[in-house]
Amino acid sequence: MCLALPALVTELLPDDNAKVNLGGVAKTVSLALVSDVAVGDYVIVHVGYALSVIDPEEAARTLELFAEMGELVPEGTA
Amino acid sequence: MKYIDEFRDGTVAQGIAKAIRAEADPGRAYHIMEFCGGHTHAISRYGLEDLLPANVRMIHGPGCPVCVLPVGRIDAAIWLARQDGVTLCTYGDMLRVPGSKRLSLLKAKAEGCDIRMVYSTMDALKLAQSLPERQVVFFAIGFETTTPPTAVAIKQAQAMGLGNFSVFCNHVLTPSAITQILDSPEVRELGTVRLDAFIGPAHVSTIIGSRPYEYFAEEYQRPVVIAGFEPLDVMQAVRMLVRQINDGRFEVENEFARAVTRDGNEKAKSLVADMFELRRAFEWRGLGLVPYSALRLKERFAAWDAERRWDVPQDSPPDNKACECGAILRGVKKPVDCKLFGTVCTPENPMGSCMVSAEGACAAHWTYGRFRDADPGHASGPDPEGD
Ligand code: SF4
Repeated sequence: MCLALPALVTELLPDDNAKVNLGGVAKTVSLALVSDVAVGDYVIVHVGYALSVIDPEEAARTLELFAEMGELVPEGTA
Repeated sequence: MKYIDEFRDGTVAQGIAKAIRAEADPGRAYHIMEFCGGHTHAISRYGLEDLLPANVRMIHGPGCPVCVLPVGRIDAAIWLARQDGVTLCTYGDMLRVPGSKRLSLLKAKAEGCDIRMVYSTMDALKLAQSLPERQVVFFAIGFETTTPPTAVAIKQAQAMGLGNFSVFCNHVLTPSAITQILDSPEVRELGTVRLDAFIGPAHVSTIIGSRPYEYFAEEYQRPVVIAGFEPLDVMQAVRMLVRQINDGRFEVENEFARAVTRDGNEKAKSLVADMFELRRAFEWRGLGLVPYSALRLKERFAAWDAERRWDVPQDSPPDNKACECGAILRGVKKPVDCKLFGTVCTPENPMGSCMVSAEGACAAHWTYGRFRDADPGHASGPDPEGD
């Protein structure tokens, strides 16, 4: 029950709710546990609540670290 | 999808695997416990163990909230569902977990109890609003991720003056469970379980932050890397842990920086601190009584606490004897060590909690791992150490 995907916030709704796109499926989730969420942000949704907002810069940095790993590998091993 | 596909890239996974092979010292073994069921699921689903060298071993931890709830609490939930006028609601996975005498909430429902599945605590509140003549009890389970949603629901029930809503609280705490594992005789004295490092939870850490792990990284001298639930996150965490072990470091590092900060989610944390207090001890399946490892509502919120409204039985019946969930949750055994695995016990007919939730070690191995094991030369199952 802990599995959850990052969801794209598509619309802010009254009562601290938001419409999100979760892998192509539209869902209403609660924003009661996060602050300063804007349309276009990605949030981690769990049991109907956004738990945190994804930091795009940190995500890019992590991906760069992965890529550095990839460079150690000779081409053609895919 | 963004933030998913790029964290599942197979080529990059091979690259990280190669780096791990290059860095892992062939002269030593690395025993890494992934605490969370979410990681267990990713490891099984993407076959990550096949990418790791034989001397880097993953040990599945107890981090599945469905798995660790003891039989007594399932029985208590069934007891509540049987009370006059009660409608019990809970998250889907809980319905199939066997209690004692092989009864489950699903079977109690078939017998006529009013038991519903909800996706979120908001649904539970709506249910209470729509059934004013019933007592709606939310059977709340989970780690630090599901506690704040329970808190929000109670706050709202209070604001709405919703008197027919209450919570049967079973929220548990991750750091106390990790401490309990590190203090267990298997790890400390017997040495039957070797744990060199931990992969720290993804979603739990979005709430509590990385700071709470600093204590036992230091105290128990074990490195911790907090990682996301995608396969590349797990591979990268393994690589970071191998490095720490090689260097003799034991620090808390954060691979999941895109969602986790050192202090976590302050809003959620202060809500929980305001409404809940520590239980002196709480029983975990596999770990026994763990001190200060669970929460209950403070006196101020007694009106919404099902355990104060009803005299809920506090028995703790033992697990089904043949089920090895307890040992699996402590990292002592593997699903294939259980005689019932895949024969008597399957996800359709689970004998133990580890076979129920997708994050349970038995369910994950059943779904993704058993074909890897299918080697006709090994009648009694494969050697988990690899060939
Ligand atoms: S296979 Fe079933 S009975 Fe055996 S340990 Fe797993 S859940 Fe328990």
